Amino acid sequence: MLYYIARRIFAMIPTLLVISFLTFFIIELPAGDYISNQIAALRATGESASIAKLEFLRQEFALDKPFLERYLIWVGLWPGPHGFDGLIQGNWGWSFEFDRPVSEVVGPTLPLTIILNTATILFVYIVAFPIGIYSATRQYSWADYGFTFLGYIGLATPNFLLGLIMLYLANRWFGLSVGGLMDPRYIGEPWSADKVLSVLAHLIVPTIVIGTSGTAAMIRRLRANLLDELHKQYVTTARAKGMRETHLLVKYPLRMALNPFIADIGNLIPSLVSGSVIVSVVLNLPTVGPILLNALQSQDQYLSGFILLFVAMLTLLGMLVSDLLLAVLDPRIRLGGRVSP
Amino acid sequence: MNVLTIDGLTVDFQTGEGATRAVDDVSFAIPQNRTVALVGESGSGKTVISQAIMGLLPKAARIVSGKLILNDPESRLKPVDIAQLDPESPQMRAIRGDRIAIIFQEPMTSLSPLHTIGDQIGEAAELHRNVDGNQARELTREMLRLVRFPDPQRALDAFPFELSGGLRQRAMIAMAMICHPALLIADEPTTALDVTIQAEILKLIKDVQQELQMSVLVITHDFGVVANMADEVVVIYHGRIMEKGSARALFKTPGHSYLKALLNAVPRFDMKPGERLVPIRPIELQAGGLLTGGGRKTITAGKPLVQLQHVSKSFLTRKGSLLSARAREFLALDDINLTVNRGECVGLVGESGSGKTTTAKAILRALPIDAGRILYDRGDGPADVAHFNREQLLDYRQRVQLIFQDPFSSLNPRMTVNDILSEPLLIHKIGAPEERAERVRELMRLVGLDPRYLRRYPHSFSGGQRQRIGIARALALNPEFILCDEPTSALDVSVQAQILNLLKDLKSEFGLTYLFVSHNLAVVDYIADRIAVMCRGRIVEVGPTREVVDNPLHPYTKALLTAVPEPDLDARLDFAALDANKASEPALWPAPYTLREGDVPLLVEEEPGHYVCAPAFAKETHKTALEEAVL
Repeated sequence: MLYYIARRIFAMIPTLLVISFLTFFIIELPAGDYISNQIAALRATGESASIAKLEFLRQEFALDKPFLERYLIWVGLWPGPHGFDGLIQGNWGWSFEFDRPVSEVVGPTLPLTIILNTATILFVYIVAFPIGIYSATRQYSWADYGFTFLGYIGLATPNFLLGLIMLYLANRWFGLSVGGLMDPRYIGEPWSADKVLSVLAHLIVPTIVIGTSGTAAMIRRLRANLLDELHKQYVTTARAKGMRETHLLVKYPLRMALNPFIADIGNLIPSLVSGSVIVSVVLNLPTVGPILLNALQSQDQYLSGFILLFVAMLTLLGMLVSDLLLAVLDPRIRLGGRVSP
Repeated sequence: MNVLTIDGLTVDFQTGEGATRAVDDVSFAIPQNRTVALVGESGSGKTVISQAIMGLLPKAARIVSGKLILNDPESRLKPVDIAQLDPESPQMRAIRGDRIAIIFQEPMTSLSPLHTIGDQIGEAAELHRNVDGNQARELTREMLRLVRFPDPQRALDAFPFELSGGLRQRAMIAMAMICHPALLIADEPTTALDVTIQAEILKLIKDVQQELQMSVLVITHDFGVVANMADEVVVIYHGRIMEKGSARALFKTPGHSYLKALLNAVPRFDMKPGERLVPIRPIELQAGGLLTGGGRKTITAGKPLVQLQHVSKSFLTRKGSLLSARAREFLALDDINLTVNRGECVGLVGESGSGKTTTAKAILRALPIDAGRILYDRGDGPADVAHFNREQLLDYRQRVQLIFQDPFSSLNPRMTVNDILSEPLLIHKIGAPEERAERVRELMRLVGLDPRYLRRYPHSFSGGQRQRIGIARALALNPEFILCDEPTSALDVSVQAQILNLLKDLKSEFGLTYLFVSHNLAVVDYIADRIAVMCRGRIVEVGPTREVVDNPLHPYTKALLTAVPEPDLDARLDFAALDANKASEPALWPAPYTLREGDVPLLVEEEPGHYVCAPAFAKETHKTALEEAVL
């Protein structure tokens, strides 16, 4: 098993390289780069004083080098102006727009992003599972229809609208400050119990908003999957043994219906990051989503490149986790192909 | 004493169009330590009765009236009426799996693939016997030994998908037996299994019954199984009991016309030449003008149409776990030599995994072969199928068609019958639209279906009707050679007789040639002119049907023949003589039939036209050349 995990992690390296190349290639597709655009803008307005500084920056970041070389320097496989100094060496690059290293720009938002995403995934699973199971076992009951209806509303409501409404209500009823992931008082303050509580309180609205459509979709899928399994012969076999209905449900059909959801963990992560951009903008959440959007608009290439690569990395990790979980949970995958007399 | 007494049981199904009566005033009793067989076609309500006894009726079903009195000889409790119990109540759960247990038809799907055999079997003991995990494991091992698992200790931690169908059914039996039930319900326990395995499972049920002194209710449509298992027989038709009584009385003097009809529909070895089965609902063959051959070049009847010469095929199977995948070669076809002459029906018989279907697929060129040649004569001399160019292949595809085993999965559920039947014509660009429509209608009439059904989807047809649609589809292109891959093994006896007669009539009407793949020797005996017996990828015996059935030479053929349960009380299976494992192990065959790893399975002519695989004889005076062997 350890060997298998090591092999999988090893196999991730070429995948990451290919992804990084594609990312870099796509980001560089628009003509020019952040600095040359800047220079052009300055030229147009007749200001030439700071052009020299920008030209210096261009050389500093090897933007005058050919494409392939720029890529290799960025990754850290080719000596740049300062020797080997790229992603591999731990240098995440420079954000031109913020005029700060990428690590400083992105750094504070990463933990919050991960917290928010984890909370959302947990929310999706915790809410979707009981409802999905309930709907499947009581198919065509009033509650089933009710949840189905709610689910469709959840799928059809634009997230940002739901977010605004909920923020308003949270502010009116509970006096929560609008927007952000914590009360404005705590921004920049050292961590304290009050700050943690404030973050938790502010997490509720975004989690629900971002998670609703995912929850609704998952309820539908779980219901359909479980309905397929419930009529399988092995469920009848278990029932014929005299098992209690709930115990039976969890042990047999639910286990079978789980596979697609475990396989989905890897896919969930990028869709949550990219799907929550608008919500993050609307709710003013300090996550990477809005920064990514901004960086892409202003061709802040190293910043956007790093974020995209980060998400890809998360996805690969998610895939690895789901593959390992599948192998643990499903003997057919673990022992696949074994033939016995 | 009667363990279970059913009295006036009536079950209704609530459907969109109101209530349908599935079981109507059924009464019979199951005495202690006796076997009662419940016989009927599919849809007759036999499974509904078993579900009612288990308290496992589907939601739409309701017991309208009647009693199901369980009188458990072991418990000191008063008899209980199961019909009065709430199916989900603790009392019912305590009975289910403990006092009454069931085994199902499909061993492949009735076990959860995600849990070990030991876990699933031991669970029943944990539920009813107040034992902890370790004791349950001990009991399970004991049970697995009782049902003769080759290695009970290892089987405890095996997953169902690692076991063969026969072993899975054994595991199911172990699961049903672990609490020593008073009544075992066996719902078509051997329908999905090979004859040799079937005989073993039947023997096993009998042995365990002896040992545990329990009553058995066998639900089946196979009179061979009835004759070998039952003390008493209950015949059911459309939810009503037609006839009941002791097996001896019923077989000797079937009183009701329905039972007589059912018995007449079963193929038997002692049928006279030319005797036809009498299906309950016969089809009149109505051949029209459109389907009598095109202007194609063909060879005359009796000449070799298909010749397989030294055909070999092996598959790679992965062995070991995911982490140490290692390829292992599995020889599916080993030096197969077989000829099918135009106008004859060759039956290909063997257990599952013997290579029958692989042979059919190889002939279709649906599967590349590793060695050897497959020759097909399209009227201009034998030509290698593998070397057909696009145009020749297209012509070949029109000439050779396939009828599948499973009528349920071989028809696309989203296509109407009209689409299904006209698709081959569309693919081969045959005829104008009106012509095609006329032809499709004629195909429907040919297989005895009303052309008005053309706009329906497959789900609205019964299994037999779907199989007829499959046959019509195979006939759409005027083929000359049809590969029938177990076309009746998923069907009831009465429907089987209907389909077999239809195939026979079509053959004589259109001069078709069949390769009829089946594991049922009685069926092959009825339809085939010659029989080829396969075992482990080798042909072990070839000869004229009568010759092979009456005078089997090869030990494997003999074993197959003795394992067929005949619908005759005086010809019961000799359970003591059964040893299926030994019979299908080529290395254990007695001389001169012994085949060791690497031996070439040579066929020698033992009697005129009757060949048997005996490599040891090859050096002597016997003729061996197979090119001669094929008439």
